[in-house]
Amino acid sequence: MDNLDKKIIRWIQSDIPIEKEPYKTIATNLGIEEQELLDRIEEMQKQGIIRRIGAILNHRSVGFHGNGMVAWRVEDSKTEEIGKIMGAQREISHCYERNCFPEWPYNMYTMVHAETTEDCEGIIKRIAEEIGITDYVVLFSTRELKKTSFKYFEE
Amino acid sequence: MDNMDHSILNLIQREFPIDTRPYRVIAEKLGIEEEEVIQRVRKMKENLHIRKLGGTFNSNKLGYKSTLCTLAIEENRIEEVAKIVNSYPGVTHNYIRNGEYNMWFTLIAESQEALEATIKEIEEKTEIHEIHTLQAKKVFKINVDFPLKAN
Repeated sequence: MDNLDKKIIRWIQSDIPIEKEPYKTIATNLGIEEQELLDRIEEMQKQGIIRRIGAILNHRSVGFHGNGMVAWRVEDSKTEEIGKIMGAQREISHCYERNCFPEWPYNMYTMVHAETTEDCEGIIKRIAEEIGITDYVVLFSTRELKKTSFKYFEE
Repeated sequence: MDNMDHSILNLIQREFPIDTRPYRVIAEKLGIEEEEVIQRVRKMKENLHIRKLGGTFNSNKLGYKSTLCTLAIEENRIEEVAKIVNSYPGVTHNYIRNGEYNMWFTLIAESQEALEATIKEIEEKTEIHEIHTLQAKKVFKINVDFPLKAN
């Protein structure tokens, strides 16, 4: 990754203009050819630096009102196996194994999304039965205090 | 939003084409005009159904470090503490959730040292000395994809 790649990231991390040739506009702003921009974006995607170029939806506004974070207590020897099962669930968007602390022994975290809270609870119950884990807590958000995208390489 | 909007969102939330004419690529898949796709996406952006249309990145591969943090806080201090926590640009998400540990935020910084220094600073400013960091040991899935019904 060189300086130009970093400049490109600064341009594409916010909203890409909604117009016929958005990449051409960005390339012009960067003073490079459109093809070079497209090639570099594809290369960064291939390297896994860019996860994707895409739309991030406001999930509540498109009908997903039941969104729960579940903290699971999973034996260390089983995290791999269970992580794979959880990752394969369509309703789970995020699944991480995390460090925990003595008062809070939960080491796996998933975000579960459904149309309603009841649906969400049902899905969590089904997953819990499938993986055979009984020690877990469902944390629904009651207030959103902040939700933004991070800006990389800002001066 | 109608079925066509849902079809467009299902495509572009997964992958917005990296192409000189991205809207034409989408239009061809859906059998509509390029201009119609542009108009519909513009409208969904204005209506805030689309929060962002752009890139998402693997912060680790960009050299950044991130973590989930949690703390237990009294109801009457939420506003004040949130103001301090949210003032950091590296804090991208912050939620109040049910349970003893009720404030959950994510933090991203340019290094592990910067990450830890920021948490220490937040602890000093809020006088809450038990901010717990739950750093990821392994990522099993990141896929913010909401399948929408489209007949």
